[in-house]
Amino acid sequence: MAVTTLPAARATFRTCPVTTLKVDIAAERLIIANAVAAVVFLALGGLFALLLALTRWQAIHLLPADWFYRVLTGHGFDMLVAWIVFFEVAGLYFGSAILLNARLVGPRLAWLAYALMVVGAVLVNVMVLMGQADVLFTAYVPLKAHPLFYLGVIFFAVGALIAVLLFFATVWVAGREGRYQGSLPLVTFGLMVAAIIALYTLLSGALAFVPAFLWSLGLLPHVDPGYFRNVFWSFGHPAQQINLAAMVAVWYALATMTVGATPLNEKFSRLAFVLYALFINLGSAHHLLSDPGPSFAWKMSNTSYAMYLAVLGSLIHAFSIPGAIEVAQRRRGFTKGAFEWLRKAPWHEPGFAALVLSMILFGWIGGVTGVVIGTEQINMVAHNTLRLPGHFHATVVAGTTLAFMGLTYYLIPLIFRKELKLKKLAQWQPYVFAVGMFLAVIGMIGSGLLGIPRRHWDITFTNAPLQVTLPGAAQITLAVMGIGALIAVVGGILYLAVVLVSVFTGPRVEASRLTLVMDRRNPLVEQAIPDTGKEVTDKIAPRGTVILTFAFLVFFMAYYLTNWWLLGRTWWIR
Amino acid sequence: MVSPQALWWKPLHRYEKTWLIVGLVFCVFLTAMMPLWFVLGRQNVPTTTYRVDPLQYAVFVTRWAEANKVDILNNIPVVAPAPGSDVYLLGRQWQWYPVLRLQKGQTYRLHLSSQDVQHGFSLQPTNLNLQILPGYEYVATITPTTSGEFAVICNEFCAIGHHLMVGKIIVTE
Repeated sequence: MAVTTLPAARATFRTCPVTTLKVDIAAERLIIANAVAAVVFLALGGLFALLLALTRWQAIHLLPADWFYRVLTGHGFDMLVAWIVFFEVAGLYFGSAILLNARLVGPRLAWLAYALMVVGAVLVNVMVLMGQADVLFTAYVPLKAHPLFYLGVIFFAVGALIAVLLFFATVWVAGREGRYQGSLPLVTFGLMVAAIIALYTLLSGALAFVPAFLWSLGLLPHVDPGYFRNVFWSFGHPAQQINLAAMVAVWYALATMTVGATPLNEKFSRLAFVLYALFINLGSAHHLLSDPGPSFAWKMSNTSYAMYLAVLGSLIHAFSIPGAIEVAQRRRGFTKGAFEWLRKAPWHEPGFAALVLSMILFGWIGGVTGVVIGTEQINMVAHNTLRLPGHFHATVVAGTTLAFMGLTYYLIPLIFRKELKLKKLAQWQPYVFAVGMFLAVIGMIGSGLLGIPRRHWDITFTNAPLQVTLPGAAQITLAVMGIGALIAVVGGILYLAVVLVSVFTGPRVEASRLTLVMDRRNPLVEQAIPDTGKEVTDKIAPRGTVILTFAFLVFFMAYYLTNWWLLGRTWWIR
Repeated sequence: MVSPQALWWKPLHRYEKTWLIVGLVFCVFLTAMMPLWFVLGRQNVPTTTYRVDPLQYAVFVTRWAEANKVDILNNIPVVAPAPGSDVYLLGRQWQWYPVLRLQKGQTYRLHLSSQDVQHGFSLQPTNLNLQILPGYEYVATITPTTSGEFAVICNEFCAIGHHLMVGKIIVTE
């Protein structure tokens, strides 16, 4: 291990033998700490997920009502906030300090941020499990939790805010110290957009949780429920769009690491990220579409991200990432027909499998259902039904979580400097997890189409004062959800097994290559692909991707129009 | 993952250009559908909302229901309001109050609000859902297009008895 100390930089570096990147030791330790915390909360949230799925699967109905709502609260926070944000902080330090060859600015502050986030997340979990915060993840006022619950969320958000600011500082200092040439790499650029979104997301979180905290202490007489919903979702929805930007950055990274793909057109991809930064925050209005208060014009212009310009960003990525993969594969000689490049892709490489499955489930299911239920009028036939969890489990779990899982396997040799063990399991893991999540999500969406509510302990209404009968087919869709969740939990356990066994057994070894299964040392340095940088000729142009993206558009249109038809069948309302 | 070459501002490939234009047209279509439906469609999210004191609303609805009840179902009054009139529904932990009897094809001004916490008005199996907030009186002009017994369930978590919160709307021919 070559260790160099740069006097001007006050940081210790080692040189990665595979990528030749200079790795700031302090940044590396922080990445490890944040990634470990992420995985711990993923495991806890996963356990909660199992209990919830086995309760809503009506034939099993495992938990009693109070514990169902309690576990649901913990599941929401641990998965949507703790797991994802800890991993993103690790990603921000990686994308700034490591990818830019730079030192992490303020490692001590970064440890303070970490401590705040850990204390906050633990506080929230303790309060929830003690039964002091049965308010669900959204904590809609006037449901009241213990003040320490709100304080826990605030601690966590302040920690995350410090981490985001350190990311900006690191990128800025890296530029001033001349650690990289020219523009930021696309992956770092994507993370920069994620960090910008994170900044206003976390500030909105303060606007929601600080008044709620004061109110729970009795220092504020009243928090308006409409106000709270507006600012809570300016935190809750963009928080998931930090994931979106970070996940797309991870997609580009995985495409580069596994098939040596380079962005087809930097301008095109960067435009898409800029559209996210500018317009995606408007999507918080998705949660207020069926609320009393806002006008049609307000709801329409916000929910459409000012004419769906953030959706346009996603459509661009939906073309440019598979396109980059296709061109890289064609350059390698897989030019027969429209799809030889796809048939002969490295399906046995976990990062590639995770990338493709994540893109399909995120885009075809998560993206399409999101736009549809986010349409102002259609929302009335979807609001607070299981279609909502169906949508965001497709995006956040099948999309983001799967992509982050795929990336973890590559960070173990490079950052933890441990050999990846149980490689066969790692190869199967993305497929098991994806099949499970596919079934779980389809089960939720199917239930929601039948009108089954989300966040509900007993849809048979056994002890209710009036008899209610919901469609019998829901028994089947809820069972599909339960079975899918079980399979996904198995996929989650496989992931944990691979990560834990790799990290905690065996000696520290330097990585010898970037890929895990394929024999390709480092596409970043070796220029494994000829012709990089030249114009895309007709032979290697991404024809297959054009076919795939148009098929996607047809599917999108069919589902969209079906939902207008469904809306048209319900009672007249104005 | 590496910095691009110095000059990365390059023209788009024709595939990229095509996709960008198709995508943009699609986005314009998605946007246009909402105002079109607003003008032509029969199902639109209600836009009439008043500020109201939660307790005053509860007292008002209780008096209205007692004064106009035509029947009693499990201790809950049943109200059969005249077509075209103002109809009130109160959400509270854990009940939708009162039971309403409406006529198919007739139009009513349905007032919705909550006495305590947030609730979710979810009419099943028709599958029509609205968010109900305390302090906000939501007015929906509705016309039942199907007859029979409809359940009103709560689909916003409203504390431990949430899954017991039900109500009923009966629609006669």
